Amino acid sequence: MLIRAKADIPASQIAPESAWFNRRAFVAGLAAAGLVGTARAAPRYMAADVGQKELNGVSRGPFSTDEPANSYEDITTYNNFYEFGTGKEDPHRNAGNFKPQPWTVRVEGEAETTGEFDVEGLLSGAGLEERVYRMRCVEAWSMVIPWVGVPLGEVLKRFRPTSRAKHVAFETVYRPEEMPGQKRRVLDWPYVEGLTIEEASHPLTLLAVGVYGVTLPNQNGAPLRLIVPWKYGFKGIKSIVSIRFQERRPPTSWNISAPLEYGFHANVNPQVDHPRWSQASERRIGSGFSGLLARRIPTQMFNGYGEQVAHLYSGLDLRRNY
Amino acid sequence: MRIYKPLLFAACLLPLVWLGLRIAGVAGPGLGANPAEELQDELGLWALRLLLLTLCVTPVVRLLKMPRLYRFRRMLGLYAFFYCMLHPLAYLLLDLQLDFAHLGEDLLKRTFITVGMGAALLLIPLALTSTRGWQRRLGRRWNRLHRLIYPAAILACWHFYWQVKADTAEPLVYCAVLALLLGLRFWWSPLRGRLFRGG
Repeated sequence: MLIRAKADIPASQIAPESAWFNRRAFVAGLAAAGLVGTARAAPRYMAADVGQKELNGVSRGPFSTDEPANSYEDITTYNNFYEFGTGKEDPHRNAGNFKPQPWTVRVEGEAETTGEFDVEGLLSGAGLEERVYRMRCVEAWSMVIPWVGVPLGEVLKRFRPTSRAKHVAFETVYRPEEMPGQKRRVLDWPYVEGLTIEEASHPLTLLAVGVYGVTLPNQNGAPLRLIVPWKYGFKGIKSIVSIRFQERRPPTSWNISAPLEYGFHANVNPQVDHPRWSQASERRIGSGFSGLLARRIPTQMFNGYGEQVAHLYSGLDLRRNY
Repeated sequence: MRIYKPLLFAACLLPLVWLGLRIAGVAGPGLGANPAEELQDELGLWALRLLLLTLCVTPVVRLLKMPRLYRFRRMLGLYAFFYCMLHPLAYLLLDLQLDFAHLGEDLLKRTFITVGMGAALLLIPLALTSTRGWQRRLGRRWNRLHRLIYPAAILACWHFYWQVKADTAEPLVYCAVLALLLGLRFWWSPLRGRLFRGG
Protein backbone atom coordinates (compact mmCIF):
# COMPACT_ATOMS: atom_id res chain seq x y z
CA MET A 1 0.00 0.00 0.00
CA LEU A 2 2.74 2.36 1.01
CA ILE A 3 4.80 3.15 -2.04
CA ARG A 4 7.82 4.81 -0.54
CA ALA A 5 9.34 4.05 2.81
CA LYS A 6 9.88 7.72 3.48
CA ALA A 7 6.41 8.01 4.93
CA ASP A 8 6.01 6.99 8.54
CA ILE A 9 2.31 6.29 8.71
CA PRO A 10 2.03 2.84 10.28
CA ALA A 11 0.76 0.18 7.96
CA SER A 12 -1.86 -0.73 10.53
CA GLN A 13 -3.56 2.57 9.88
CA ILE A 14 -3.90 1.80 6.24
CA ALA A 15 -7.14 0.08 5.41
CA PRO A 16 -6.89 -2.95 3.16
CA GLU A 17 -8.73 -2.67 -0.12
CA SER A 18 -11.25 -5.28 1.02
CA ALA A 19 -12.57 -2.82 3.57
CA TRP A 20 -13.44 -0.54 0.71
CA PHE A 21 -15.04 -2.71 -1.82
CA ASN A 22 -17.16 -5.08 0.21
CA ARG A 23 -20.68 -5.15 -1.01
CA ARG A 24 -22.26 -6.50 2.14
CA ALA A 25 -20.56 -3.93 4.33
CA PHE A 26 -21.65 -1.27 1.87
CA VAL A 27 -25.29 -2.18 2.15
CA ALA A 28 -25.03 -2.55 5.92
CA GLY A 29 -23.35 0.83 6.05
CA LEU A 30 -26.12 2.38 4.07
CA ALA A 31 -28.73 0.84 6.34
CA ALA A 32 -26.87 2.05 9.41
CA ALA A 33 -26.65 5.51 7.96
CA GLY A 34 -30.34 5.49 7.23
CA LEU A 35 -29.74 5.71 3.53
CA VAL A 36 -31.53 2.55 2.56
CA GLY A 37 -35.24 2.88 2.48
CA THR A 38 -35.36 6.64 2.91
CA ALA A 39 -37.39 8.76 0.57
CA ARG A 40 -34.40 10.77 -0.59
CA ALA A 41 -34.73 12.07 -4.11
CA ALA A 42 -31.27 10.80 -5.04
CA PRO A 43 -31.52 7.28 -6.41
CA ARG A 44 -28.79 4.83 -5.41
CA TYR A 45 -26.63 3.66 -8.23
CA MET A 46 -25.53 0.11 -8.47
CA ALA A 47 -21.96 -0.08 -9.57
CA ALA A 48 -22.63 -2.52 -12.35
CA ASP A 49 -25.08 -0.12 -13.98
CA VAL A 50 -22.56 2.63 -14.35
CA GLY A 51 -19.26 0.76 -14.61
CA GLN A 52 -17.93 2.08 -11.31
CA LYS A 53 -17.09 0.29 -8.07
CA GLU A 54 -19.37 0.49 -5.10
CA LEU A 55 -17.98 2.26 -2.09
CA ASN A 56 -18.38 0.51 1.22
CA GLY A 57 -19.19 1.72 4.68
CA VAL A 58 -20.36 5.13 3.61
CA SER A 59 -22.01 7.02 6.44
CA ARG A 60 -24.18 10.05 6.01
CA GLY A 61 -22.06 13.08 6.80
CA PRO A 62 -23.11 16.48 8.10
CA PHE A 63 -23.91 19.62 6.08
CA SER A 64 -25.98 17.80 3.45
CA THR A 65 -28.68 19.80 1.72
CA ASP A 66 -32.11 18.25 1.31
CA GLU A 67 -32.56 19.87 -2.09
CA PRO A 68 -33.18 17.26 -4.78
CA ALA A 69 -29.91 15.99 -6.18
CA ASN A 70 -29.13 16.09 -9.87
CA SER A 71 -29.25 12.79 -11.69
CA TYR A 72 -26.16 10.64 -12.09
CA GLU A 73 -26.46 11.31 -15.83
CA ASP A 74 -26.47 15.09 -15.39
CA ILE A 75 -23.52 14.97 -13.02
CA THR A 76 -21.43 12.67 -15.19
CA THR A 77 -22.21 14.08 -18.64
CA TYR A 78 -22.10 17.82 -18.05
CA ASN A 79 -19.09 19.39 -16.38
CA ASN A 80 -15.85 21.23 -16.94
CA PHE A 81 -12.65 19.21 -16.96
CA TYR A 82 -10.52 20.94 -19.57
CA GLU A 83 -7.99 18.11 -19.49
CA PHE A 84 -10.56 16.19 -21.55
CA GLY A 85 -11.72 19.09 -23.72
CA THR A 86 -13.43 22.42 -23.24
CA GLY A 87 -17.00 21.41 -24.08
CA LYS A 88 -19.29 20.45 -21.21
CA GLU A 89 -19.82 16.99 -22.66
CA ASP A 90 -16.19 16.49 -23.67
CA PRO A 91 -15.07 15.01 -20.32
CA HIS A 92 -17.75 12.33 -20.57
CA ARG A 93 -16.86 11.72 -24.20
CA ASN A 94 -13.07 11.76 -23.94
CA ALA A 95 -12.21 10.32 -20.52
CA GLY A 96 -12.48 6.67 -21.57
CA ASN A 97 -8.74 6.07 -21.88
CA PHE A 98 -7.85 7.59 -18.54
CA LYS A 99 -6.41 5.17 -15.98
CA PRO A 100 -7.17 6.14 -12.39
CA GLN A 101 -5.63 2.90 -11.08
CA PRO A 102 -2.98 2.47 -9.85
CA TRP A 103 -2.68 5.94 -8.39
CA THR A 104 -0.33 7.64 -6.00
CA VAL A 105 -0.36 11.05 -4.41
CA ARG A 106 2.78 12.92 -3.34
CA VAL A 107 2.41 14.67 0.00
CA GLU A 108 5.21 17.15 0.42
CA GLY A 109 6.32 20.43 1.91
CA GLU A 110 5.88 21.85 5.40
CA ALA A 111 4.76 18.76 7.27
CA GLU A 112 6.39 16.26 9.59
CA THR A 113 5.23 13.36 7.47
CA THR A 114 5.63 13.38 3.74
CA GLY A 115 5.81 10.73 1.08
CA GLU A 116 3.98 9.02 -1.69
CA PHE A 117 0.75 7.21 -0.97
CA ASP A 118 -1.88 5.35 -2.84
CA VAL A 119 -5.47 6.50 -2.40
CA GLU A 120 -6.32 3.95 0.27
CA GLY A 121 -3.21 4.85 2.21
CA LEU A 122 -3.94 8.53 1.97
CA LEU A 123 -7.49 8.21 3.24
CA SER A 124 -6.93 5.46 5.79
CA GLY A 125 -8.38 6.10 9.20
CA ALA A 126 -10.98 8.50 7.90
CA GLY A 127 -14.45 7.09 7.31
CA LEU A 128 -16.19 7.66 4.03
CA GLU A 129 -19.12 10.05 4.24
CA GLU A 130 -21.81 11.07 1.83
CA ARG A 131 -22.20 14.82 1.54
CA VAL A 132 -24.94 16.24 -0.64
CA TYR A 133 -23.54 19.63 -1.63
CA ARG A 134 -24.56 22.43 -3.91
CA MET A 135 -21.99 23.00 -6.66
CA ARG A 136 -21.95 26.48 -8.17
CA CYS A 137 -19.94 26.88 -11.35
CA VAL A 138 -18.38 30.27 -12.08
CA GLU A 139 -20.32 30.10 -15.36
CA ALA A 140 -23.57 30.66 -13.42
CA TRP A 141 -24.97 27.13 -13.48
CA SER A 142 -25.27 24.82 -10.51
CA MET A 143 -26.00 21.28 -9.43
CA VAL A 144 -26.71 19.34 -6.25
CA ILE A 145 -24.31 16.42 -5.97
CA PRO A 146 -24.13 13.53 -3.48
CA TRP A 147 -20.36 13.23 -3.11
CA VAL A 148 -18.63 10.47 -1.19
CA GLY A 149 -15.38 11.38 0.48
CA VAL A 150 -13.56 12.23 3.65
CA PRO A 151 -13.05 15.64 5.24
CA LEU A 152 -9.76 16.93 3.84
CA GLY A 153 -8.79 18.28 7.26
CA GLU A 154 -8.81 14.80 8.77
CA VAL A 155 -6.49 13.59 6.05
CA LEU A 156 -4.15 16.56 6.31
CA LYS A 157 -3.72 16.53 10.07
CA ARG A 158 -2.23 13.06 9.96
CA PHE A 159 0.75 14.51 8.14
CA ARG A 160 1.26 16.98 11.01
CA PRO A 161 1.72 20.18 9.03
CA THR A 162 4.22 22.56 10.63
CA SER A 163 3.49 26.13 11.70
CA ARG A 164 4.85 27.30 8.37
CA ALA A 165 2.10 25.44 6.51
CA LYS A 166 -0.14 28.41 5.76
CA HIS A 167 -1.42 27.07 2.45
CA VAL A 168 -2.07 23.79 0.72
CA ALA A 169 -1.27 23.48 -2.98
CA PHE A 170 -2.78 20.79 -5.21
CA GLU A 171 -1.81 19.53 -8.62
CA THR A 172 -3.69 17.49 -11.24
CA VAL A 173 -1.97 14.67 -13.07
CA TYR A 174 -0.37 15.53 -16.43
CA ARG A 175 -0.95 12.74 -18.94
CA PRO A 176 -1.57 14.15 -22.40
CA GLU A 177 -1.74 10.64 -23.84
CA GLU A 178 -4.76 9.85 -21.67
CA MET A 179 -6.11 13.38 -21.37
CA PRO A 180 -6.48 14.71 -24.90
CA GLY A 181 -7.36 18.20 -23.73
CA GLN A 182 -3.84 18.59 -22.36
CA LYS A 183 -2.45 18.45 -25.89
CA ARG A 184 -3.71 21.99 -26.41
CA ARG A 185 -2.45 24.78 -24.19
CA VAL A 186 -5.85 26.15 -23.27
CA LEU A 187 -4.55 26.36 -19.71
CA ASP A 188 -1.03 26.14 -18.37
CA TRP A 189 -0.82 22.40 -17.58
CA PRO A 190 -0.77 20.79 -15.12
CA TYR A 191 -3.82 22.32 -13.46
CA VAL A 192 -2.98 23.71 -10.04
CA GLU A 193 -5.16 24.93 -7.21
CA GLY A 194 -4.74 25.99 -3.62
CA LEU A 195 -6.43 26.79 -0.36
CA THR A 196 -5.40 28.46 2.86
CA ILE A 197 -4.76 25.93 5.61
CA GLU A 198 -7.90 27.19 7.37
CA GLU A 199 -10.00 26.53 4.28
CA ALA A 200 -8.38 23.15 3.71
CA SER A 201 -9.03 22.16 7.32
CA HIS A 202 -12.62 23.37 7.35
CA PRO A 203 -15.05 20.51 8.03
CA LEU A 204 -16.99 21.33 4.84
CA THR A 205 -13.97 20.72 2.63
CA LEU A 206 -14.04 17.25 1.19
CA LEU A 207 -11.57 14.99 -0.52
CA ALA A 208 -14.01 13.09 -2.70
CA VAL A 209 -13.55 9.60 -4.11
CA GLY A 210 -17.09 8.93 -5.23
CA VAL A 211 -20.49 10.15 -6.25
CA TYR A 212 -23.85 8.45 -5.70
CA GLY A 213 -22.18 5.72 -3.67
CA VAL A 214 -19.81 4.60 -6.42
CA THR A 215 -16.23 5.56 -7.28
CA LEU A 216 -15.75 8.76 -9.26
CA PRO A 217 -16.02 8.31 -13.01
CA ASN A 218 -12.94 9.51 -14.89
CA GLN A 219 -14.73 12.59 -16.17
CA ASN A 220 -15.51 13.74 -12.64
CA GLY A 221 -11.93 13.66 -11.41
CA ALA A 222 -11.13 10.05 -10.61
CA PRO A 223 -9.76 8.79 -8.39
CA LEU A 224 -9.49 11.74 -6.03
CA ARG A 225 -10.71 15.30 -6.16
CA LEU A 226 -11.31 18.32 -4.01
CA ILE A 227 -14.75 19.69 -3.10
CA VAL A 228 -15.00 23.17 -1.61
CA PRO A 229 -18.74 23.84 -1.74
CA TRP A 230 -18.67 27.55 -0.87
CA LYS A 231 -16.29 28.32 -3.73
CA TYR A 232 -16.78 28.28 -7.48
CA GLY A 233 -16.43 24.84 -8.99
CA PHE A 234 -13.04 25.43 -10.58
CA LYS A 235 -11.45 25.35 -7.10
CA GLY A 236 -12.40 21.68 -6.93
CA ILE A 237 -9.24 20.33 -8.53
CA LYS A 238 -9.57 16.84 -10.00
CA SER A 239 -7.38 13.75 -10.35
CA ILE A 240 -4.98 15.02 -7.70
CA VAL A 241 -1.38 13.74 -7.71
CA SER A 242 0.25 16.24 -5.39
CA ILE A 243 -0.62 17.87 -2.08
CA ARG A 244 1.95 20.33 -0.82
CA PHE A 245 1.99 22.26 2.44
CA GLN A 246 3.62 25.65 1.98
CA GLU A 247 3.91 29.10 3.47
CA ARG A 248 3.28 31.18 0.34
CA ARG A 249 -0.01 31.39 -1.47
CA PRO A 250 0.17 28.92 -4.33
CA PRO A 251 -0.57 29.91 -7.93
CA THR A 252 -3.93 28.71 -9.27
CA SER A 253 -4.64 27.83 -12.89
CA TRP A 254 -7.60 30.06 -13.72
CA ASN A 255 -6.01 32.97 -11.91
CA ILE A 256 -2.90 32.53 -14.05
CA SER A 257 -5.06 32.32 -17.17
CA ALA A 258 -7.20 35.40 -16.49
CA PRO A 259 -6.23 37.20 -13.25
CA LEU A 260 -8.88 39.90 -13.64
CA GLU A 261 -11.66 37.33 -13.97
CA TYR A 262 -10.70 34.58 -11.51
CA GLY A 263 -9.15 35.20 -8.12
CA PHE A 264 -7.43 32.95 -5.60
CA HIS A 265 -10.39 32.94 -3.23
CA ALA A 266 -13.18 32.39 -5.77
CA ASN A 267 -15.83 32.37 -3.06
CA VAL A 268 -19.34 32.22 -4.46
CA ASN A 269 -20.60 35.77 -4.16
CA PRO A 270 -23.75 37.07 -5.87
CA GLN A 271 -22.64 40.65 -5.22
CA VAL A 272 -19.35 40.45 -7.07
CA ASP A 273 -19.86 39.90 -10.77
CA HIS A 274 -17.57 38.23 -13.20
CA PRO A 275 -16.32 41.01 -15.52
CA ARG A 276 -18.35 39.53 -18.36
CA TRP A 277 -21.48 38.30 -16.58
CA SER A 278 -23.54 38.66 -13.44
CA GLN A 279 -23.17 36.19 -10.60
CA ALA A 280 -26.47 37.19 -8.98
CA SER A 281 -28.38 34.15 -10.20
CA GLU A 282 -27.75 30.69 -11.53
CA ARG A 283 -29.34 28.02 -13.69
CA ARG A 284 -29.89 24.76 -11.84
CA ILE A 285 -28.92 21.98 -14.21
CA GLY A 286 -31.61 19.53 -15.24
CA SER A 287 -32.28 17.69 -18.47
CA GLY A 288 -35.53 17.34 -20.35
CA PHE A 289 -38.49 19.68 -20.51
CA SER A 290 -38.36 20.57 -16.83
CA GLY A 291 -34.74 21.66 -17.26
CA LEU A 292 -35.59 23.53 -20.43
CA LEU A 293 -38.27 25.51 -18.65
CA ALA A 294 -36.60 25.85 -15.24
CA ARG A 295 -36.39 29.31 -13.71
CA ARG A 296 -33.07 30.81 -12.73
CA ILE A 297 -32.56 30.83 -8.98
CA PRO A 298 -30.84 33.49 -6.90
CA THR A 299 -27.24 32.69 -6.00
CA GLN A 300 -26.54 32.62 -2.27
CA MET A 301 -23.57 34.22 -0.54
CA PHE A 302 -20.88 31.55 -0.07
CA ASN A 303 -23.25 29.30 -2.02
CA GLY A 304 -25.43 29.07 1.09
CA TYR A 305 -22.60 27.93 3.39
CA GLY A 306 -22.05 31.36 4.95
CA GLU A 307 -23.03 30.22 8.40
CA GLN A 308 -20.13 27.77 8.33
CA VAL A 309 -17.47 29.77 6.51
CA ALA A 310 -18.16 33.51 6.64
CA HIS A 311 -15.91 33.87 9.71
CA LEU A 312 -12.91 32.77 7.62
CA TYR A 313 -13.16 36.01 5.67
CA SER A 314 -14.07 38.57 8.33
CA GLY A 315 -12.25 41.80 7.63
CA LEU A 316 -11.42 40.73 4.09
CA ASP A 317 -12.67 42.96 1.25
CA LEU A 318 -14.44 40.34 -0.82
CA ARG A 319 -14.83 42.72 -3.74
CA ARG A 320 -11.08 43.01 -4.11
CA ASN A 321 -10.34 39.46 -3.01
CA TYR A 322 -12.63 37.76 -5.49
CA MET B 1 -34.01 24.44 -62.23
CA ARG B 2 -36.88 25.73 -60.15
CA ILE B 3 -36.22 22.97 -57.64
CA TYR B 4 -33.13 24.62 -56.13
CA LYS B 5 -34.92 27.30 -54.18
CA PRO B 6 -37.36 24.97 -52.43
CA LEU B 7 -34.43 22.66 -51.74
CA LEU B 8 -32.44 25.46 -50.17
CA PHE B 9 -35.50 26.52 -48.21
CA ALA B 10 -35.87 23.02 -46.79
CA ALA B 11 -32.15 22.66 -46.12
CA CYS B 12 -32.05 25.88 -44.11
CA LEU B 13 -34.97 24.66 -42.04
CA LEU B 14 -33.23 21.40 -41.17
CA PRO B 15 -31.26 22.69 -38.15
CA LEU B 16 -34.51 23.87 -36.58
CA VAL B 17 -36.30 20.61 -37.35
CA TRP B 18 -33.35 18.69 -35.91
CA LEU B 19 -33.47 20.78 -32.73
CA GLY B 20 -37.20 20.15 -32.48
CA LEU B 21 -36.65 16.41 -32.77
CA ARG B 22 -33.94 16.56 -30.11
CA ILE B 23 -36.21 18.50 -27.75
CA ALA B 24 -39.04 16.05 -28.28
CA GLY B 25 -36.63 13.18 -27.72
CA VAL B 26 -37.63 11.66 -31.04
CA ALA B 27 -34.21 11.62 -32.70
CA GLY B 28 -30.59 12.53 -32.15
CA PRO B 29 -28.92 13.16 -28.84
CA GLY B 30 -31.11 14.90 -26.27
CA LEU B 31 -30.32 18.47 -25.36
CA GLY B 32 -28.32 17.21 -22.37
CA ALA B 33 -28.11 18.43 -18.82
CA ASN B 34 -28.48 22.11 -19.68
CA PRO B 35 -31.11 22.07 -22.44
CA ALA B 36 -31.86 25.80 -22.39
CA GLU B 37 -28.22 26.65 -22.96
CA GLU B 38 -27.82 23.98 -25.64
CA LEU B 39 -30.84 25.31 -27.52
CA GLN B 40 -29.61 28.90 -27.36
CA ASP B 41 -26.09 27.90 -28.42
CA GLU B 42 -27.30 25.88 -31.38
CA LEU B 43 -29.62 28.63 -32.61
CA GLY B 44 -26.85 31.18 -32.24
CA LEU B 45 -24.36 29.03 -34.10
CA TRP B 46 -26.75 28.51 -37.00
CA ALA B 47 -27.48 32.23 -37.14
CA LEU B 48 -23.76 32.91 -37.46
CA ARG B 49 -23.20 30.12 -39.97
CA LEU B 50 -26.01 31.36 -42.20
CA LEU B 51 -24.79 34.93 -41.89
CA LEU B 52 -21.35 33.85 -43.09
CA LEU B 53 -22.91 31.73 -45.82
CA THR B 54 -24.82 34.80 -47.02
CA LEU B 55 -21.54 36.67 -47.15
CA CYS B 56 -20.04 33.83 -49.21
CA VAL B 57 -22.36 34.43 -52.15
CA THR B 58 -20.66 37.47 -53.62
CA PRO B 59 -17.09 36.08 -53.48
CA VAL B 60 -18.23 32.74 -54.87
CA VAL B 61 -20.10 34.41 -57.72
CA ARG B 62 -17.05 36.45 -58.54
CA LEU B 63 -14.51 33.65 -58.28
CA LEU B 64 -16.58 31.01 -60.07
CA LYS B 65 -18.30 33.47 -62.39
CA MET B 66 -21.71 32.08 -61.46
CA PRO B 67 -24.03 35.09 -61.15
CA ARG B 68 -26.99 32.70 -61.00
CA LEU B 69 -26.11 32.12 -57.37
CA TYR B 70 -27.22 35.65 -56.49
CA ARG B 71 -30.83 34.52 -56.49
CA PHE B 72 -30.17 32.44 -53.36
CA ARG B 73 -28.69 35.29 -51.39
CA ARG B 74 -31.95 36.77 -50.13
CA MET B 75 -33.14 33.44 -48.78
CA LEU B 76 -29.84 32.79 -47.01
CA GLY B 77 -29.91 36.27 -45.52
CA LEU B 78 -33.49 35.93 -44.36
CA TYR B 79 -32.71 32.58 -42.78
CA ALA B 80 -29.72 34.09 -41.03
CA PHE B 81 -32.09 36.74 -39.71
CA PHE B 82 -34.64 34.08 -38.73
CA TYR B 83 -32.15 32.13 -36.58
CA CYS B 84 -30.72 35.39 -35.36
CA MET B 85 -34.17 36.24 -33.94
CA LEU B 86 -34.83 32.74 -32.55
CA HIS B 87 -31.54 32.84 -30.64
CA PRO B 88 -32.36 35.85 -28.42
CA LEU B 89 -35.99 34.71 -28.28
CA ALA B 90 -34.85 31.45 -26.65
CA TYR B 91 -32.69 33.48 -24.29
CA LEU B 92 -35.58 35.77 -23.41
CA LEU B 93 -38.12 32.99 -22.93
CA LEU B 94 -36.02 30.20 -21.41
CA ASP B 95 -33.08 31.87 -19.73
CA LEU B 96 -34.71 35.09 -18.56
CA GLN B 97 -38.32 33.87 -18.54
CA LEU B 98 -39.34 37.35 -19.66
CA ASP B 99 -37.72 38.94 -16.63
CA PHE B 100 -37.00 42.32 -18.24
CA ALA B 101 -35.23 43.73 -15.19
CA HIS B 102 -32.78 40.88 -15.57
CA LEU B 103 -32.48 41.68 -19.27
CA GLY B 104 -31.46 45.23 -18.38
CA GLU B 105 -28.87 43.89 -15.96
CA ASP B 106 -27.54 41.45 -18.54
CA LEU B 107 -27.23 44.15 -21.18
CA LEU B 108 -25.17 46.22 -18.77
CA LYS B 109 -23.09 43.45 -17.23
CA ARG B 110 -22.84 40.75 -19.83
CA THR B 111 -21.34 42.92 -22.52
CA PHE B 112 -21.16 40.04 -24.98
CA ILE B 113 -24.96 40.09 -24.93
CA THR B 114 -24.98 43.81 -25.67
CA VAL B 115 -22.71 43.18 -28.64
CA GLY B 116 -24.92 40.34 -29.83
CA MET B 117 -27.99 42.49 -29.54
CA GLY B 118 -26.25 45.11 -31.66
CA ALA B 119 -25.76 42.52 -34.38
CA ALA B 120 -29.40 41.45 -34.25
CA LEU B 121 -30.66 45.05 -34.39
CA LEU B 122 -28.52 45.82 -37.43
CA LEU B 123 -30.11 42.92 -39.29
CA ILE B 124 -33.68 44.11 -38.73
CA PRO B 125 -33.72 46.90 -41.36
CA LEU B 126 -32.04 44.52 -43.80
CA ALA B 127 -34.76 41.93 -43.38
CA LEU B 128 -37.48 44.59 -43.68
CA THR B 129 -36.05 45.97 -46.91
CA SER B 130 -35.27 42.62 -48.47
CA THR B 131 -38.23 42.69 -50.87
CA ARG B 132 -37.98 43.63 -54.55
CA GLY B 133 -40.27 46.58 -53.85
CA TRP B 134 -37.88 48.07 -51.33
CA GLN B 135 -34.94 47.26 -53.52
CA ARG B 136 -36.55 49.33 -56.31
CA ARG B 137 -37.62 52.13 -54.02
CA LEU B 138 -34.21 52.54 -52.43
CA GLY B 139 -32.20 52.12 -55.61
CA ARG B 140 -28.49 52.67 -54.99
CA ARG B 141 -29.17 53.40 -51.35
CA TRP B 142 -30.34 49.79 -50.96
CA ASN B 143 -26.82 48.56 -51.62
CA ARG B 144 -25.38 51.01 -49.16
CA LEU B 145 -27.93 50.06 -46.50
CA HIS B 146 -27.27 46.38 -46.92
CA ARG B 147 -23.60 46.86 -46.20
CA LEU B 148 -24.82 46.84 -42.60
CA ILE B 149 -24.37 43.11 -42.81
CA TYR B 150 -20.61 43.68 -42.44
CA PRO B 151 -20.74 45.33 -39.00
CA ALA B 152 -23.50 42.90 -38.02
CA ALA B 153 -21.27 39.93 -38.86
CA ILE B 154 -18.32 41.49 -37.04
CA LEU B 155 -20.46 42.05 -33.94
CA ALA B 156 -21.83 38.50 -34.16
CA CYS B 157 -18.32 37.02 -34.22
CA TRP B 158 -17.24 39.30 -31.41
CA HIS B 159 -20.31 38.20 -29.41
CA PHE B 160 -19.29 34.56 -29.86
CA TYR B 161 -15.63 35.20 -29.06
CA TRP B 162 -16.43 37.12 -25.90
CA GLN B 163 -18.71 34.60 -24.29
CA VAL B 164 -16.25 31.69 -24.20
CA LYS B 165 -14.12 31.27 -21.10
CA ALA B 166 -10.69 30.25 -22.32
CA ASP B 167 -10.94 28.07 -25.41
CA THR B 168 -11.29 30.58 -28.20
CA ALA B 169 -10.49 28.09 -30.98
CA GLU B 170 -14.04 27.66 -32.25
CA PRO B 171 -15.00 31.36 -32.33
CA LEU B 172 -11.63 32.12 -33.92
CA VAL B 173 -12.47 29.79 -36.81
CA TYR B 174 -15.62 31.85 -37.47
CA CYS B 175 -13.63 35.07 -37.08
CA ALA B 176 -11.08 33.80 -39.61
CA VAL B 177 -13.80 32.93 -42.13
CA LEU B 178 -15.32 36.37 -41.69
CA ALA B 179 -11.91 38.02 -42.04
CA LEU B 180 -11.38 36.15 -45.30
CA LEU B 181 -14.80 37.11 -46.67
CA LEU B 182 -14.38 40.76 -45.74
CA GLY B 183 -10.74 40.73 -46.87
CA LEU B 184 -11.73 39.57 -50.36
CA ARG B 185 -14.26 42.38 -50.59
CA PHE B 186 -11.68 44.90 -49.56
CA TRP B 187 -9.21 43.49 -52.08
CA TRP B 188 -11.74 43.88 -54.87
CA SER B 189 -13.06 47.27 -53.79
CA PRO B 190 -11.96 50.62 -55.18
CA LEU B 191 -11.15 51.50 -51.60
CA ARG B 192 -7.95 49.49 -51.81
CA GLY B 193 -6.80 51.48 -54.82
CA ARG B 194 -7.46 54.70 -53.00
CA LEU B 195 -5.69 53.60 -49.81
CA PHE B 196 -2.67 52.04 -51.50
CA ARG B 197 -1.95 54.07 -54.57
CA GLY B 198 -1.50 52.02 -57.70
CA GLY B 199 -2.39 48.82 -55.79
